[in-house]
Amino acid sequence: MYKIVKAEKLADLIYLMDVEAPRVARHCQPGQFVIVKIDEKGERIPLTICDYDREAGTVTIVLQTVGASTERMASLKEGDYFRDFVGPLGVASEFVHEDLEELKKKKILFVGGGVGAAPVYPQVKWLKEQGVDVDVDVIIGSKTKDMLILQDEMKAVAGNYYPCTDDGSYGHSGMVTTKIEALVNEGKKYDVCVAIGPMIMMKFVCLLTKKLEIPTIVSMNPIMVDGTGMCGACRLHVGDEVKFACVDGPEFDGHLVDFDESMQRQALYKTQEGRAMLKLKEGDTHHGGCGNCGGDE
Amino acid sequence: MADILKSTPVREQDPAERARNFEEVCYGYNQEEAMDEATRCLNCKNARCIQGCPVSINIPGFVMKVKDGDIKGAYDVISESSALPAVCGRVCPQESQCEAKCVRGIKGDAVSIGKLERFVADYALKNNINPKTPENKNGHKVAVIGSGPAGLTCAGDLAKMGYEVTVFEALHELGGVLVYGIPEFRLPKQKVVQKEIDKVKSLGVKFETNVVIGKSTTIDQLMEEEGFEAVFIGSGAGLPMFMGIPGETANGVFSANEYLTRSNLMKAFDDSYDTPISAGKKVAVVGGGNVAMDAARTALRLGAEVHVVYRRSEEELPARVEEVHHAKEEGIIFDLLTNPTEILVDDKGWVKGMSCIRMELGEPDASGRRRPVEIPGSEFEIELDTVIMSLGTSPNPLIASTTTGLETNRRKCIVADEENGATSKALVYAGGDAVTGAATVILAMGAGRAGAKGIDEALSGK
Repeated sequence: MYKIVKAEKLADLIYLMDVEAPRVARHCQPGQFVIVKIDEKGERIPLTICDYDREAGTVTIVLQTVGASTERMASLKEGDYFRDFVGPLGVASEFVHEDLEELKKKKILFVGGGVGAAPVYPQVKWLKEQGVDVDVDVIIGSKTKDMLILQDEMKAVAGNYYPCTDDGSYGHSGMVTTKIEALVNEGKKYDVCVAIGPMIMMKFVCLLTKKLEIPTIVSMNPIMVDGTGMCGACRLHVGDEVKFACVDGPEFDGHLVDFDESMQRQALYKTQEGRAMLKLKEGDTHHGGCGNCGGDE
Repeated sequence: MADILKSTPVREQDPAERARNFEEVCYGYNQEEAMDEATRCLNCKNARCIQGCPVSINIPGFVMKVKDGDIKGAYDVISESSALPAVCGRVCPQESQCEAKCVRGIKGDAVSIGKLERFVADYALKNNINPKTPENKNGHKVAVIGSGPAGLTCAGDLAKMGYEVTVFEALHELGGVLVYGIPEFRLPKQKVVQKEIDKVKSLGVKFETNVVIGKSTTIDQLMEEEGFEAVFIGSGAGLPMFMGIPGETANGVFSANEYLTRSNLMKAFDDSYDTPISAGKKVAVVGGGNVAMDAARTALRLGAEVHVVYRRSEEELPARVEEVHHAKEEGIIFDLLTNPTEILVDDKGWVKGMSCIRMELGEPDASGRRRPVEIPGSEFEIELDTVIMSLGTSPNPLIASTTTGLETNRRKCIVADEENGATSKALVYAGGDAVTGAATVILAMGAGRAGAKGIDEALSGK
C-alpha cells in the first residue's frame, strides 16, 4: 500500500498528489511515469511523474479526471492509500544522458498543453538544477485562466514562461502553436522542442515545428496495461517501426510519430469507458442503458 | 474396475454450459476415483515415468500411497520434488512427459498421473496440509526476481534450506503466468494459485510486488546496497511477438498477452472490475500453442465466434492435446494450414477482416516439423472484428540490459548453466523461460530447483 501524504486540487478536474513510494522516488528521472491502481478492482492507470523528493521518498503525480477511474482516484484524500504504485517506468528524457556542457549550449523550448504542464515541470526543473536555465523557454497552454496549473513552480525554473489561454483570459490569447510562431518570428531560435499534452496538440505542434525545422520530442500517452513491455497495448508507429511506448518511450521523435493512428487507438474503449462513467455517476440507479431498453443486450 | 486398459474417466463441466462461464472445466477425481485409478499403476521397479518428469517426482511412490488411501503420505512424497503440485497436475503436458513414458500406455491408456497429482494436491489445499517449515535460519540473504513458477520454486527450496528469501515481482499480483496467462477455467486463482503461493509464504519467504528490476532498482543495487548475497532471475519470457504484417496496429488487434492479462489478471470478464476488454463478435486467434487455446477459449466465453488460424496442420499444433480437445468441444473453429498476410482495416482504424493464404506442408525444418509452404493463388479473406496474435514470446531485455556482466544469447535469453543455474555473473543465477525462452511450467520449476541448489552450493561453500 502506498500512502497519499498530500492531496490538492489544482484546478477544475485537475488534482495533485504526493505519494509515498521510496523505490520510485530513489530511482526516477524526468520523462518517466508510474502506473497506479486504486484498489482490488481498479484498473492500472499510467501517470507521468511530476516531481519527486528522494529524501522523503515521495513522488508527485498530477491527474485530470477524464473517466470513471480518474474520478475515483480524485476522490482520495490525504492519508488514503493506493493499493499499487509501480515505477519508474519508461526511459528517461534523452537530455538526462547528454553531456552537460553540450546541453548548456542548447536553446530548448518546452510546450505543455493542459495537464501536460505537469510532466514538463520535472524536465525544466532538472535542467535548472544542472544549471541549464538560460535558454529554456516554456509555453503552457490551456483552455482558460483557471485551468493553468503549476504557474509559480514553472516560473521558478523556466528561463521564460509564456502562458497561453484559448479564450484569452490570461497571457497570450490563442493556441500554443500561435505562440511558437510568434516567438520564432521575433527571432528566437531553438535547437529542440519538447511538447507534451493531448495528442491533438502534439500533432499540431509537430506539424509546425517540422515546417520551422525544429527537432521535436513528444511524450506519447497511449492506452497501457502493464507498462513493462509484456502486452503491446501501447504500440505505435514511429517511422516504419512499431514501438511500445512503455519501454521504448514514452518520448519519441515527434516528426516520425503516426499521430492519427495513435489517436484512433485511444478511442478503442470509448464505449466501455462511457458506460463505466455512467455507472459511477448514476450509482445504484444505474441500469446499464437508457433505463427502458435494458442496455444493448 | 471394468477395463484395466482404460483410465478412470474424470468428471468435467458440460461443454455447452462451460463455454459461457469461467469456472474450472475439469472437476478432477474424488478419492474413490483416485484410489481406483491408482490401482492401475504397476509400481515399476525401474519407473520410466519418473524419467519423464522434469523434477523427477517419485511417481510410483506417491501413487502407491493414494492406492492405500494415505493421501497425506502421497502429498509428502510429491512435496519432496515439487512446490506447486496443484498447478502442475493441471497444466503440465503430461502426454509428452510422465504419462508418455508410462508402461501402461504401451497397450491402453497411461496411468492418469497428472490427475492423481492434482487430486493429492487439492486434498492438501483443502485440508491445510503444509510443507515442513525450516528449523534453522542460516543468515544468508537471497533475492529472487519474478514470482512465476521458477521463482516460487527457487524461493521455496531456499527457504526450506534456511535462507532468508525476498521475491521481487513487477506486477501487482504474485504468480507470473499462473495469474496473468493461464485462465481461471484451467487454473483457478483463489482456490489454487493463491493457496499454493500461501504455502511458499508459510515457509517464511518475503514478497515485494510492484518492483520492476532494472527500473525500480537493479540487481547490482540489490547486491551492493541491500545486502543480498545471491540473486536468482526467474523473470520469464513475457515480450509478445507480432507478425509484422500490415494492419497490426489497428484497433481490435491484440497480443494474446494483452487479451489474457486483461481477462485473467485484471478480471475484465467480471463487470465489477474497472478494466475493460474489447470482446469482439468474430475473433481470429493466430497461432496454435497453449496460449492461443487460452485466448480462443477466453474470447468464446466473452461471447464471440472464434477461429484458430494456424499455418501447419492439426498434428503439429503445439498446444496440449487435452486443451485442443476441450476447445473443439466448446465450439472453437480451427482454420488449419492457413496463414494471415494482412489485417484489413476500415476507414476509422478498426479491424474488418484478414487476408489469408492456404498452406501445404513441405520438408521437415530444423525443428523437425514439416515446413508450411504457401499455395500460390489460394488467397482469401475472412470477415472479423478482432484478431489476437499468439505467436510466442521472448524474454524482456530489461534485466539483462541493466545488469553489468550478464551474458545473453542472440535470442535475448540469459545464458545459464542447466545443472545449477549459474550465469556469467558471479552469484547471479537464472532459470525458466528467461533462459530457455517460452517453455512449460514444470521446466521452469525444475530450473528454479537447480538454481536453488546452485545458490546453496555457492553460499554454503559446499
